Amino acid sequence: MEAFLHQVLSGLATGGIYASLALALVMIYQSTHFINFAQGEMAMFSTYLAWTMINAGMSWWLAFVLTILLSFVIGMLIERILIRPVEQAPVLTVIIVFIGLLVILNSVAGWIYTYTIKSFPSPFPAEPVFGGLMSAHELGAIGVTLVVLILLYVFFQFTPLGLAMRAVAQNPVSSRLVGIRVGWMLALGWGLAAAIGAVAGMMIAPIVYLDPTMMSGVLLYAFAAALLGGIDSPGGAVVGGFLVGVLENVMGAFVIGTELKLTVALIVIIAVLLVRPSGLFGRVIVSRV
Amino acid sequence: MDASVRGCLAIPARGRMMAALLEVSRLQAGYGAFSVLHGISFAVQDGGITALLGANGAGKTTTLRAVCGMVKAAGSVVLAGAQIAGRSTEDIVRRGVAHVPDGRGTFLHLTTEENLRLGAYTRRDRADVAGDLERCYTYFPRLEERRAQQAGTLSGGEQQMLAIARALMLRPRLLLLDEPSFGLAPLVVQEIFRIMQRIRQEQQVGILLVEQNASLALEVADHAYLLETGRVVLGGRADEVGRNEAVRKSYLGY
Ligand SMILES: Nc1ncnc2c1ncn2[C@@H]1O[C@H](COP(=O)(O)OP(=O)(O)OP(=O)(O)O)[C@@H](O)[C@H]1O
Ligand SMILES: [Mg+2]
Repeated sequence: MEAFLHQVLSGLATGGIYASLALALVMIYQSTHFINFAQGEMAMFSTYLAWTMINAGMSWWLAFVLTILLSFVIGMLIERILIRPVEQAPVLTVIIVFIGLLVILNSVAGWIYTYTIKSFPSPFPAEPVFGGLMSAHELGAIGVTLVVLILLYVFFQFTPLGLAMRAVAQNPVSSRLVGIRVGWMLALGWGLAAAIGAVAGMMIAPIVYLDPTMMSGVLLYAFAAALLGGIDSPGGAVVGGFLVGVLENVMGAFVIGTELKLTVALIVIIAVLLVRPSGLFGRVIVSRV
Repeated sequence: MDASVRGCLAIPARGRMMAALLEVSRLQAGYGAFSVLHGISFAVQDGGITALLGANGAGKTTTLRAVCGMVKAAGSVVLAGAQIAGRSTEDIVRRGVAHVPDGRGTFLHLTTEENLRLGAYTRRDRADVAGDLERCYTYFPRLEERRAQQAGTLSGGEQQMLAIARALMLRPRLLLLDEPSFGLAPLVVQEIFRIMQRIRQEQQVGILLVEQNASLALEVADHAYLLETGRVVLGGRADEVGRNEAVRKSYLGY
């Protein structure tokens, strides 16, 4: 029982990270209708930025905040410079741009930082908590994730800017007609997605270590989470993230073994696509015909 | 166009004591290489209602889109003395042009009240916005009953009311209405037109009204223009346009 509880709790910790990244995927999906394949690589790059700052002697939390801000700006720049020009382009062009971004970020990170695996410090104490049930880092990661999710919820639900971003995701033409600067909202969305990804990267790096491919598995789980929750549902992505995290850990520990854990993500993806493509919370449109 | 139509071609009617809020001249617009408007000219008086009539495909919707920068256009569009042709839709809206588009443009997955709040997105006078929200609810009590409801679940008439109310939340100087009566029961149409006249009396706003229902439009408008395949073939005071034989035959049905 205790072993099971342990797996569930550490599943919630990684699940929170998948949830954040899934949320970032959903945000960009809502405005572009594409999965940002480069989301994981963006997060990886942000984590390297944090690592550089910490290595230069900066305090962990200051590096954390600076990395979030910097990632936000980089995300906006990516939208303005790379995505904007292909907004109206055919599907394949957009996908190639996403993949190009992925490859570029990966190689630049490899070029600057080399492909050797680095350890990334955790800001939380090394001692386990709850009598060894989970590590302090896992508990801390859950806490950080929850703070991020609550802040985002408040932003989208209760601020005029958040409302405008939701409006743009639904109906860009009408958004222009009420005076919303749609282009800036899209850039803002990319900035936020990059910032969320940065948090996810800094929270997962102490667990999976730091290397240019660190996020490929994580992104796959996040993708599964987003699909499970419903690719157009931010709330669904969050729930999906926690579910996938727990499922992955429990299955890995008791059913298929840690080596095959990643297949959980694939199974979830395939099952959702086959059984319920709109996901658990995918938009069921309540409207008149 | 035939002679009887040409005879009545009075170019921008000079309103009595009213300044032109919107002056459009030689406006050309289209979609890609397909040209729809071939240099049209008309005006909307401040505090007045101008009706834009015409058959399906004449270019009425395109005219409204061109005025607020939604389609590429050439020519001159002057709003309260300032040239707005070529500006972005967002900028034109910020200058006080509210557009109730063809198809209503409702944010279906947001609540009624969120839709209304978006209408006031560019305004910084938060206190007045709250007051205007209440005023919209007095114009359209049905919207108040449905303030927390997802807008996609409103009836067609309610969505049309919502679209007009959303436009009013901007406190516009110029209101562009694209077929507000489309698909609505006669009783609802009457209600909407009654409110439109009330708005015109209570707020200093010029209205450019596109309407299939010509008799209804000529009743509320003080000026009217008739559009035929992208050209203004007739324009003047609404009562004069209504008496024109060709208009009576083709659009009023008597
Ligand atoms: N998005 C578009 N792309 C290409 N052509 C268009 C588009 N919208 C309208 N058109 C064309 O432009 C012409 C004028 O259309 P418009 O919608 O302005 O007419 P309308 O007077 O509003 O007609 P209706 O009374 O049917 O609404 C039509 O021939 C139409 O096919
Ligand atoms: Mg039309």
